[in-house]
Amino acid sequence: MATAALDQKTSLSIFERMLMMRHFEEAAIRLYNEKQFVSHYHIYIGQEATGAGVLEALGEKDLICTTHRNHGHIIGRGCDPGRAFAEILGRATGFNGGRGGTLHICDPEKGFLSTSAIVGGCAPLATGAAYGTKTKHEPHVAVGFFGDGSLEQGIVLEAFNIAALWRLPVVYVCENNSAGAIGAQQGGYSAATTAVESFISLPAAYGIDAIKVDGADAAAVHAAARDAVARCRAGQGPVFIEAVTVRWPGSSPLWPVLATTFDLSQAFDPARIDGPHADWLRDHDPLSRLARDIVGRKFATPAQLEARDQAARERIEAAIAFAIESPMPTPETAFADVFA
Amino acid sequence: MRKISYAAAMVEALRSCLTADPHVTLVGSYVLGLGPKRVLMDPIRAEFPDRLYDPPISEAALVSLGAGAAMAGARPFVDLGTGSFSYVGWSPLVNEAAVARYMSNGRLRVPVVYHMLHGLRGGGASQHSHSPQAMLWNAAGLEIVLPSSPRDVKGLLRTAINSDNPTVFINHARLMDIEDDVPEEDYSIPFGRADIKRPGRDVTIVATSFVVHTALEAANVLASEGIEAEVLDPRTLVPFDRPTLLDSVRRTGRLVIVDETNLSCGVAAEITAIVAEDGFEHLRAPVARVTRPDVPTPFSKPLEDAITPTADKVAAAVRRVLRSSR
Repeated sequence: MATAALDQKTSLSIFERMLMMRHFEEAAIRLYNEKQFVSHYHIYIGQEATGAGVLEALGEKDLICTTHRNHGHIIGRGCDPGRAFAEILGRATGFNGGRGGTLHICDPEKGFLSTSAIVGGCAPLATGAAYGTKTKHEPHVAVGFFGDGSLEQGIVLEAFNIAALWRLPVVYVCENNSAGAIGAQQGGYSAATTAVESFISLPAAYGIDAIKVDGADAAAVHAAARDAVARCRAGQGPVFIEAVTVRWPGSSPLWPVLATTFDLSQAFDPARIDGPHADWLRDHDPLSRLARDIVGRKFATPAQLEARDQAARERIEAAIAFAIESPMPTPETAFADVFA
Repeated sequence: MRKISYAAAMVEALRSCLTADPHVTLVGSYVLGLGPKRVLMDPIRAEFPDRLYDPPISEAALVSLGAGAAMAGARPFVDLGTGSFSYVGWSPLVNEAAVARYMSNGRLRVPVVYHMLHGLRGGGASQHSHSPQAMLWNAAGLEIVLPSSPRDVKGLLRTAINSDNPTVFINHARLMDIEDDVPEEDYSIPFGRADIKRPGRDVTIVATSFVVHTALEAANVLASEGIEAEVLDPRTLVPFDRPTLLDSVRRTGRLVIVDETNLSCGVAAEITAIVAEDGFEHLRAPVARVTRPDVPTPFSKPLEDAITPTADKVAAAVRRVLRSSR
């Protein structure tokens, strides 16, 4: 499909979401390295154009379920980064009161229903959320974000079938981040565990509209998401978007490492990029790519983007301070809210 | 008062809830099993065609769908068929529905009902006879309801559908034809209130669901021998009515538990533990459990009979407990 170029307002809005995601994630790795929290965790760097492009297409009342690589979606939705950090640090002020941690952040008031860390778990949950809005005759759409590994789970295919049969207003966003992932034999994640050659052939088999886009291209993702949301709102049933990204080098090992740090000035002066991950920074970093596009289209000057970058850094620093200064939950709260 | 069947009482409650709240929908419509009473659902199909979704055979996704829909503010009633099939949906049941409210710090409500038929139904063998309630009781966050009578099923189903928690509503195929007095008007029976189905002074027999009738049959036999058994039906396992149980054991001094879940870590084991911890001083004899033994369920009738909790086995257990009393 033809990719509509982003207009100025949309470009800058998506860029803003992506900046916040990037600085949040770099800070999350630092906090882990400082032993501010324990837990396995997952970093969204490299996939920001996908999350931001989709989230930009949603309305306030739309519903979101996501998977373990969730920080970017939470921040991109505009949820409070302070409460997100607080949750990751197990604080009482966290979105889940410290009951969830990195793997379960949710913010129902913003339509962010669930992070399910059961691989594939969010696809049927999002399908259910869409069943909820449809049966309540509401115009809202549900989005399920998941990785390509989720397509190894049968429950996801069951969800496709149900969504197609009942024409549910759900957008499945499959973030295929396996390109560049190292295999299990090298001590990391297995990236060769499916016999399926074309992921979009799976939903297509159920008659679901399926499209594959470059997940580092904010304009392509946003155009696909806007179309998908419009189709869902029009009652035309579910849509599947496969967004392909090249894995950020820091997410290749079993535990994230701060392989690169964001330097906006390099986006405008690629000759300055060096080091072991220069290829990724030059060719696959979605944030630098969008920055160059914005400046190239004269939607903003480098200095204006630098100012936004600085503002995002300051918001993240304030969010970290809020989280670190927040109290731990009191032990009694371990027993609360099992039932309504 | 008029007498109607358990199945008819269930349908009355469903119709009442569908009429009262447009956000109630049914996912699956064979809620009365595949026996002759299934036709009682036909009027509901006719009356609410756009509120009833006949789903594919995908229990796992349907459990998750119910949870997601409930998070979005709907009030789905999801039928999973026989209890054995609920295991297909175990992950979303215990990983999503049961924990969503807790993990969200109380910010999410998950008002979904999961319905299933449990237990030994005759010829069900090892894949159509399960009673998952003990395992579900071991997964915090699910309300568990086991109605035994037409009156109870009508009142408890209303409470289940109106509950803001995920509720597992467990029927039994052998209950469907049982007839008894049922009020015509709508009413709700609160969760966590045990019902004494038969008062007695000599022994407390605890039972839920179909084996309440097994216990009552045993109590009648024992009455002819001069033994007065009290039959106590907790009606809900979660929440569990501890005071009524402990009060009954305080009066009778003896406890026999009949249940279709397996012996080890089963419903009877937990009830025994409750009394051992909080009512030990009332006991005048060891506790006896009449449960399914720790074997898979066989098909052939004499084999199935051998593992079924029957009135004879219950009466024998009561006599044994009385003989061994202090």
